[in-house]
Amino acid sequence: MPFPDAQIPRRQSWMAVLARASQPELVRLLQAAPPLPAFTRLRAPEAGLAMVRGRTGGGGAPFNLGEITITRCSVRDTDGHIGHAYVKGRDAAQAELAARLDAVLQDASRHDDYAEAVIAPLAELQTARAAQSARKAAATRVQFFTLATMRST
Amino acid sequence: MAYVAVKGGERAIDNAHAWLAEDRRGNPDVPDLGTDQIREQLGRSVDRVMAEGSLYDPDLAALAIKQAQGDLIEAAFLLRAYRTTLPRFAASMPVETDQMQVRRRISAVFKDMPGGQLLGPTYDYTHRLLDFTIAAGTPPPKPAEMPAEPVAIPHVHGILDHEGLIERDTPAGGEPFDLTREPLAFPAGRDLRLQALARGDEGFLLAMGYSTQRGWGGTHPFVGEIRVGEASVFLTPPELGFEIDIGDITLTECQMVNQFAGSRTVRPQFTRGYGLVFGHGERKAMAMALVDRAMRAQELGETVAAPAQNVEFVVSHCDNIEATGFVEHLKLPHYVDFQSELETIRRMRADAIGDILQEAAQ
Repeated sequence: MPFPDAQIPRRQSWMAVLARASQPELVRLLQAAPPLPAFTRLRAPEAGLAMVRGRTGGGGAPFNLGEITITRCSVRDTDGHIGHAYVKGRDAAQAELAARLDAVLQDASRHDDYAEAVIAPLAELQTARAAQSARKAAATRVQFFTLATMRST
Repeated sequence: MAYVAVKGGERAIDNAHAWLAEDRRGNPDVPDLGTDQIREQLGRSVDRVMAEGSLYDPDLAALAIKQAQGDLIEAAFLLRAYRTTLPRFAASMPVETDQMQVRRRISAVFKDMPGGQLLGPTYDYTHRLLDFTIAAGTPPPKPAEMPAEPVAIPHVHGILDHEGLIERDTPAGGEPFDLTREPLAFPAGRDLRLQALARGDEGFLLAMGYSTQRGWGGTHPFVGEIRVGEASVFLTPPELGFEIDIGDITLTECQMVNQFAGSRTVRPQFTRGYGLVFGHGERKAMAMALVDRAMRAQELGETVAAPAQNVEFVVSHCDNIEATGFVEHLKLPHYVDFQSELETIRRMRADAIGDILQEAAQ
């Protein structure tokens, strides 16, 4: 069944959250959710590369910066939903759990269970990490001030 | 000339490698070093190996560093070799560095600018005195935090852009050249040059960049901006047909702003050299930006005279894996080559003596 276009932004946001989650984090949070549906592997977790591109001058034509290891996985669960994962790194278990969650999150009747138990806490954790980094950076902001000189009177 | 196979080195090689393994481990009374410790506590080494190995994977880089006993060029070589075992699934969308979650961002040209000067975790302003509390394992103090919104910080050169005082980026399309798929070819476009510099040797680029400052192809540079932080990587898998975010990578970007006298068609304005590297690598990013700008001499109508301005020279010699391969191959057996040289020299000497004797006899 094709994935409806209107739902793409939601799916992108949960996939982004899953890509940043470690396998132990996923296992821990799934304990608070109903068991994931059984599934068959359409494409077993597989490690490979993506060529990361930059932009000339920061905003211009693309150039090839270097490669990154990624792992991909595709599954179909017993309800017929097809889940995909492409995640940074070489963790096969993380990629498979991310693909299984991508499948079950497409199911309208089950979506909220997993969104609440897994996606929401992960998103909160990831936002908190980014916010803490921003606060540390803010503490290193230079506060310029000008000294009055003899000549300025 | 045919190669002559000579056998007999196998046992010596095996024994040499076994000794190497023991040597790598060091004194067994000292605890073994975990690759997680390398990843977490030798981050700048990990970053350099990822940049020059041209493969972003901190865990693999940490293993490579351990395996190479901290020889970073050897470690980068290990990563380059490993990458050839993996299939390539995709190319990413270009990373948008103006959307980075910035930890450090400084400018040497504007004091006050949107987003401000964020020093981040830096060695600048340290006294370069050995700190024995680190040897003692004293836990570090907790860094200060101040209120902040995690917002994107715009590039500094945008400030000059609306006056037309600085050159604009040209967002020309097309597939960029890929050094990992196609052999080097000249003339080399800026896409090829930037890829070669991004994986080039930090020491080589540092020396080349330094040479431009000392008058060998001067570019009158200012640091427009340096930023370090995390950028999201997006790619579009064909089975999905839409862009997805696969996670963050640490990047260092340097925008070097350079004087430009103008030409017949372009009024005087500032030009820019660009540096972008995996991980936290400011020295490398700055050197890359200097050399990128120097290599644009011909395009900008400047005289091409200095080594750093010579595209073929820089691009052909900046890769430390290729350089080390060619330099170090000299230690492999050249017995037959040398034997033939030896015979040539003997013959030449014999001929010379023969000539002298003949002259003396006359």
